[in-house]
Amino acid sequence: MPPPDSHLEPLSAAQKDLIKRWILQGAEYLEFWAFAPVKPQDAPRVRDRSWSAQRIDQFVMGRLEKNGLRPQPRADKRTLIRRVTFDLTGLPPTRREIRDFLADQSPEAYDRLVDRLLKSPHYGEHMAKYWLDLVRFADTNGIHHDHFREITPYRDWVIRAFNDNLPFDDFVTYQLAGDLYDEPTVDQQIASGFNRLHLVIDVGTALPEESFHRNVVDRVTAFGTALLGLTVQCGQCHDHKYDPLTQTDFYQLYAFFNNIDAEPETPQPATNTGLGDGLHLPYIELPTDEQRRQCDALDAQIAAAEENIEDLKQSLNQIEEPEEAAVSVATDSADGQATLPAKLEAAEKQHAALVEQRDALQQQIVTTLVMKERDEVRPTHIRIRGVYDQMGKLVQRDTPAFLPPMPETEGVKSRMDLARWVTDPGNPLTARVAVNRFWQQLFGVGLIKTAEDFGTQGEWPSHRALLDDLAHRFMQSGWDVRSLMKEIVTSEAYRQSSQADPDSFRTDPENRLLARGSRFRMDSEMIRDQILAVSGLLVPEMYGKSVKPPQPPNLWKSVSMESSSTYAFEADAGDKIHRRSIYSFWKRAMPPPQMTIFDAPTRESCIARRERTNTPLQALVLMNEAQHFKAGRHIAVKILADAEKTDRERISELYESITSHLPDEAELTALETGLEALRAEYRSDPSLAEELTAELSSDGALNRPEAAAYTMLINSLLNLDIAKTRQ
Amino acid sequence: MTPQELQNTISSRRQFLNHTGMGLGAAVMGSLFPRQAAATLSDLPHAAHRTKHVIFLFMAGAPSQLDLYDYKPDLASKFKEPLPDDVRGGQRVTAMTRNATHLVQPSIFKFSQQGQSGIWMSELLPHLSTMVDDICFIRSMHTDAINHDPGKTLICTGSEIPGKASLGAWLSYGLGSLNKNLPDFIVLNSAFWSGDSVNVQALYKRLWGTGFLPSKHQGVLFQSSGDPVLFLSNPNGVSRRSRQEMLNVATQLNQKHLAEIGDPEIQTTIAQQEMAFRMQASVPELTDISSEPHSIIKMYGPEVQKSGSFARNCLLARRMVERGVRLVQVYHRGWDHHTGLADKMRGQCYDIDQPATALLADLKQRGMLQDTLVVCSGEFGRTVYCQGEQTPSAYGRDHHPRCFTAWMAGGGVRGGIVHGQTDQYSYNIVDASGQTTTRFEDDAVHVHDLNATILHLMGIDHNRLTFQFKGLDQKLTGVEKAHVVEKILS
Repeated sequence: MPPPDSHLEPLSAAQKDLIKRWILQGAEYLEFWAFAPVKPQDAPRVRDRSWSAQRIDQFVMGRLEKNGLRPQPRADKRTLIRRVTFDLTGLPPTRREIRDFLADQSPEAYDRLVDRLLKSPHYGEHMAKYWLDLVRFADTNGIHHDHFREITPYRDWVIRAFNDNLPFDDFVTYQLAGDLYDEPTVDQQIASGFNRLHLVIDVGTALPEESFHRNVVDRVTAFGTALLGLTVQCGQCHDHKYDPLTQTDFYQLYAFFNNIDAEPETPQPATNTGLGDGLHLPYIELPTDEQRRQCDALDAQIAAAEENIEDLKQSLNQIEEPEEAAVSVATDSADGQATLPAKLEAAEKQHAALVEQRDALQQQIVTTLVMKERDEVRPTHIRIRGVYDQMGKLVQRDTPAFLPPMPETEGVKSRMDLARWVTDPGNPLTARVAVNRFWQQLFGVGLIKTAEDFGTQGEWPSHRALLDDLAHRFMQSGWDVRSLMKEIVTSEAYRQSSQADPDSFRTDPENRLLARGSRFRMDSEMIRDQILAVSGLLVPEMYGKSVKPPQPPNLWKSVSMESSSTYAFEADAGDKIHRRSIYSFWKRAMPPPQMTIFDAPTRESCIARRERTNTPLQALVLMNEAQHFKAGRHIAVKILADAEKTDRERISELYESITSHLPDEAELTALETGLEALRAEYRSDPSLAEELTAELSSDGALNRPEAAAYTMLINSLLNLDIAKTRQ
Repeated sequence: MTPQELQNTISSRRQFLNHTGMGLGAAVMGSLFPRQAAATLSDLPHAAHRTKHVIFLFMAGAPSQLDLYDYKPDLASKFKEPLPDDVRGGQRVTAMTRNATHLVQPSIFKFSQQGQSGIWMSELLPHLSTMVDDICFIRSMHTDAINHDPGKTLICTGSEIPGKASLGAWLSYGLGSLNKNLPDFIVLNSAFWSGDSVNVQALYKRLWGTGFLPSKHQGVLFQSSGDPVLFLSNPNGVSRRSRQEMLNVATQLNQKHLAEIGDPEIQTTIAQQEMAFRMQASVPELTDISSEPHSIIKMYGPEVQKSGSFARNCLLARRMVERGVRLVQVYHRGWDHHTGLADKMRGQCYDIDQPATALLADLKQRGMLQDTLVVCSGEFGRTVYCQGEQTPSAYGRDHHPRCFTAWMAGGGVRGGIVHGQTDQYSYNIVDASGQTTTRFEDDAVHVHDLNATILHLMGIDHNRLTFQFKGLDQKLTGVEKAHVVEKILS
């Protein structure tokens, strides 16, 4: 030991002896924890019963006591409302919301706040963001031409699913196998687009057989990462080196996903202008009721027109002799009636016009890529060393042997059977993996840090019993996500203050033991949405086509092929550029830089957790990015509108709307001094103030040096660490 | 405590030590690493480095080795002859030529021997020909991919599948910074090119991305118009002084909050804002070439006057390594010559020949070439058989993964040598006896080997620079064994 072909150094005598003694002492062989069923847990007995009676807190306190630690006191109400509002909706609380919460002195105030947030439509938008990272949702195909694809209804469905609190098992089943219900609803079909979110090459250069294989591997990988938290893709070329997953297991899973009724490569767009339709069969159309009515009406008219044309043609054919026809034509004309050929011409013209109308209407109808199974099942071979055309032995659809078996079915197992298996309470992974990600969203790090890997190379959980307890009760609750979120955010562990002595940060930088509230930089979307919200520019409209807020010029061109439908970036105009970031257009080869600079993933592969860095490029975005800076200026103009207010009042108001806190005396003084310096700067150089405010209307009331100085002061506030950090 | 828990604790303690250790080594950088800083870096560099910087000239689209570097005089008599089956040997071809006939196409360009070393060079590269004695040509490069996207992704990130970290990200992650005012890894894309305007292959952010590594290591793409670094310039009406005032306020409050909250991350925020402020001065200085003497401007050729040209980017690359940037990657597009190859090559070579040569000469005259490795490569090679219309002068070539030529100069590499060889069709790599081979022992160099060699020259053992992600010790050179090409080292 280890086996000779591992080429590892043999164990030393001392090591062998250690193992022997361990076995003699009664070492018990246990199945790897994450592959063993989720069992109900008893909450640990804690010494300090006064902190909290909540179930989660018993586990957290148990761990703290084991480590000789104490929790921090509850965070103040302003911190709490800011924290929980960001965590559940991705947006900051308004000043009014803060005031109401402070005024509500009842013991249920916090519960009421949480309930309100969980019912906000913004909750679904925020929850969806994490899911879209996980399933690599984007607006382009990601390879070669990186053409546009149309699948935004999938994003909207995810938002609605969270807002409607669709049970998580259904949420998963719709996505894996929504197309396989007997009579799938529109939502189920849209959700099946999960199977279409992979990268895909456009037709023309690659070998279709190879593209086909890559698509399937990508689908299986997503299934593994998103639902099982396993690195199944290792099995593509060989048996997994660490987990008990064989190459056969991988291709048995592959067999569920290789039967799509679709070409393996997307077509080139029909036109050379604009995004094109972004379609690649199979897809469904989602007309509004009105559009459907119009379509039906037009279809009927087109059919009638075609019939008419047919009739006229027949009449013409019946007139055998050309002379006769000419005569009859002449005669008809004399009657003041249209000749047959003229009638035919008119009918054809009318037909063409109708078809044109129908096409125009078609353009407006929302479409989305979906999954569709072929009738006949494609055989699946193991690919030797993962090479697309090196066929090994034939395998059948099945799940990995080390996990609980799938029930036997009549006939071939389907993706629906796979979905049932994944959401079966006996599946050891699905609930654990899901609960861990929700926890991660609220604490910055999961109970297992490696949210994407629950295999043996993943991290050992910080609170294993708590994870299992949550997972078990999550399934028992009917996979109720909203209740789970509520339980977590109402725990005392969640509500702790994140202030601590520096030692606490040093010894537990990621706050794994939960001896304080978590503190971490917010995601790019939250940072951008915050400034839009605070400035009052945010357009809360939900759903629909992706939006292109302005970005620096030439970014798309600098990487794209000229024949790509996403070669030239054209920013949208009007209000919609101020919609939430979840609706921003995502070109995989060049996503919006404001987002990627703050660690948003490119959406080329499934990402279960984002990195969080702190870089000078981020500081530059917060200082200079156009939308950001203009929003600050917008706030300045608004705050100056009331001439009665003193600087102090204004500063206080600004500070509160940007940080949710009131400034103390020292902060006020610092800000006042800063304002004075900026004011002096802009007064002494009015042309500079003129430049800064040039885009503002030349309303005589606008004091430009004042507006400029306030804009910069607001820029300072937006660059505070506490403004971009959830704490 | 379970063994796993113990291990987690140990590794986080090690992370902590590392974290603070970095603070000593690079005080001003603060904790650029996220809190989960890797535990593997304290042993770097693994060996003495031979070079401090890399400039990678990436010829995106894949230039024809047959028309530039890999001279095959025997082909002249084989025009339009079918490529023998035993040469093709079942090679996978693209969808574009899989059903076509495969007829041999000699190069239209003249070759001659150059320099002391007598290396054969195409007439397309007259300037570069003057420096062959400083260059190592690897004629036995090979890769796994036959299409651009996977090909580029493989050579730049070590995997055809998106999601891995790029070469520069690894260097930045492993070696840290040499200049507190500039990024470690800068990317320069040519904004235009002379040889092709229709079929110009795409680039992707992932080619200079970080994949699983912290995003601070990603390449910073410099823009050829507008701000060189995105969001660098102050908006209209913001002077350097008002920016300073604004930052003073932010810093004062941030420091106060640091004292109250206790989270050292706030210190990092302060440091990054200071660096951003310094970059607002250092980057414009870097990209302003007006201080370059006339003689230097002349070396790089007339195109250097145009922002976004390959020539300008070569000059900027020199200025960057001069200021401590680890890796500069210069992308030049337009090398995908399926048809009309000859004219397109003339245009492309006009773009690159004089500037790339000037870059080598300029580095050399400053004594910087010994510390700077210059690499020039495409993602794969091109076929000896013609694609599209075929006359002696009109032809195109399809993608070819089995052999292509890359060259390296400076930083620890021997000049005036040729490594590896191909058969008379430049179709397969062959060993000394002429047998087809892909073995490293026979001097075949896989793209992973090229990357292993670059890392080696930077003082890094490619097997030891790893990052655990998705259950695997990820590394630039993938899971198959990769090799350092010792034979070309000086």
